[in-house]
Amino acid sequence: MTIADPKAPRPDQADLDKAADRPEDADQWTAKIRTAAVEALPPQRMLPDRQPAYVASWIYVFGVVTISALCVVIATGFVLAIFGPNWWHVSSTGLFVNSLHLWSVEIFMFAMVVHLWGKFFMAAWRGKRKATWISGVVVFLVSVGAAFTGYLSQQNFDSQWISTQAKDGINSTGAGAIFNVTNFGQMIMWHIVLLPLCVVALVGLHVLMVRLRGVVTPFAAKNETPGVEPGAAASEVQA
Amino acid sequence: MSADTHKKPKKFVQDRDAVAWKGRYERYDIVKEFLIALVVVAILVTGLAVVFGSPDDKPVTVRSWSTANPVDFAQTAITELDGTSGTAGYGPPYNENGTAQSIGFITPEHWLGVHHPIDTANDFVLAPLSTLPNDPEVQAAVAEYRAASSTQQAAWTAAYEKAVANATFTDGKLTVPAGDYGPVGTIVTALTSMARSGALDGALLASRQFYGTDYTKPLLFIADGQYLASLATKDHLAGDQWGMMNETGQWPGQAWLWLYTLWYQVPPANNSTNGDFQVFAIMIGLTILLALVPFIPGLRSIPRWTRVYRLIWRNHYRDVEGPGGGGTSGSPPQVEGSAPEPEPVSA
Amino acid sequence: MPAIALVFTTLFGALIDLNKPGNYIHWGFIQMSYGNLIVIILMVVVFFAAILIPFKTHKSKEGDR
Repeated sequence: MTIADPKAPRPDQADLDKAADRPEDADQWTAKIRTAAVEALPPQRMLPDRQPAYVASWIYVFGVVTISALCVVIATGFVLAIFGPNWWHVSSTGLFVNSLHLWSVEIFMFAMVVHLWGKFFMAAWRGKRKATWISGVVVFLVSVGAAFTGYLSQQNFDSQWISTQAKDGINSTGAGAIFNVTNFGQMIMWHIVLLPLCVVALVGLHVLMVRLRGVVTPFAAKNETPGVEPGAAASEVQA
Repeated sequence: MSADTHKKPKKFVQDRDAVAWKGRYERYDIVKEFLIALVVVAILVTGLAVVFGSPDDKPVTVRSWSTANPVDFAQTAITELDGTSGTAGYGPPYNENGTAQSIGFITPEHWLGVHHPIDTANDFVLAPLSTLPNDPEVQAAVAEYRAASSTQQAAWTAAYEKAVANATFTDGKLTVPAGDYGPVGTIVTALTSMARSGALDGALLASRQFYGTDYTKPLLFIADGQYLASLATKDHLAGDQWGMMNETGQWPGQAWLWLYTLWYQVPPANNSTNGDFQVFAIMIGLTILLALVPFIPGLRSIPRWTRVYRLIWRNHYRDVEGPGGGGTSGSPPQVEGSAPEPEPVSA
Repeated sequence: MPAIALVFTTLFGALIDLNKPGNYIHWGFIQMSYGNLIVIILMVVVFFAAILIPFKTHKSKEGDR
């Protein structure tokens, strides 16, 4: 790669862009992490423009729909946060944003459940994708918690009833010692800071794992031998 | 269940392993798909919000409760004073007066102990009344009650609890049949007035600081009465009504809690004092099971047995097995499609 | 501004008022609100629709039943 190359790095960054090739930096932590990251997820794999031919069903769109709904959940949550917890009780615009927030959550959970069913019936954990499956289950759990703390943060009759009922379940596990569902201040912190961070981070991790391994291949067809891609050597088998 | 063994030491397990894809790739624009999905979801959400809105039922306050049902308030207040209310006898994390839920020797509630200490007699009744200025009669009653022996206190509160069962409320006054209940009558009547004025809401919340965000005390007090529960039952929100997944009005609620709330409707949890802990234990177990499906033989074979995947990937199987290959087994292997770009088998 | 406020209140007040007593199905010990029931039925319907409705890919010209 020379400077004359039309696709060459920007002149001011040229020295930086060459960094990847400097052998003397091979032991540098930063360089090591970059090399490992690029090897695991090169741009073409990170953002692929091709998918295996079998990826042709509407069921595949529900992961993306879930993420889209999450974007709407976060955007509407942002607006609610800008104006503060009292706003939507006293303003019709606020109530409307609250409605957007509620319905985006309903769609988020809806799409996630359909996605989960789809991945289950494809046995999408096959071929070193077990951790991807587990991360998805964890996202589901954390999302249930995020939604739950949202119900507790509403400051209305619902919140009162749900918190005084849920306290018994939470307390019975001992968690009530730390996680006090009748403490509004604590619940809204969990709802707008801790749990959204966890959901977004876990969803990000989940997507990276999907991109790392790619979409799971179908079960062997009737005229195929399980574990052997037609014509492929047995050594291709990933265990 | 591997049909084939080869030289590789690791056996191929169909429900655990997958072969690498050697077939065709097709154009698939995920960024475009995401943006289209985002627009569709945004439109759908806006439509649902415009059409259905969202619920916002007014919260119950101690004031609204004692105004709507002062007798229930007074009957609850005496249980807070004599230590027979739900909160007073709850146990950890509020106090040591109740038994922690357990399964066998496992009692995490007990192990973690009291973290939000509540002494209902003092916190809900006597201390709030002490904040009332310029009311010597009430202060004298509180002082007399505090100075009495616990036996005397118990005698008074027992007498009052019996009497207040037949209390009435007319013309802004709580009328309790006469009895030998000492200062307790003054105390509960004063607390009821204080509650109806709205002052008790503030007194329960602002115990230590100006900015209060912890509603534990007022919420527990309100929940000890019948009023909150009666409103909830009307809205189908009670625990034995699958209320956990319901919402006020006709809105859908947390439908995803269906399995969690199911366990409250059936034995053992529906008639056990350890019900909450049992339900949690079941759900923790089931969640771990869900997370570990990929590792559990049998469970992880369900997708292959149900054959839903044949529908999802039907085009792929049609390509690989050829026409009719889907219906009959033992069709000759006609796939030379081992090359990265196999000719599509025309149907 | 008042005109906008008017539009907002008219538009942002829900068209269908769900704030009235809900209806519930009772099947033995199973109780469920119509709201939740509809959501759950829709999930199942959408799941099967996603599986059954042909997905148009760029190359799929043949046999999409």
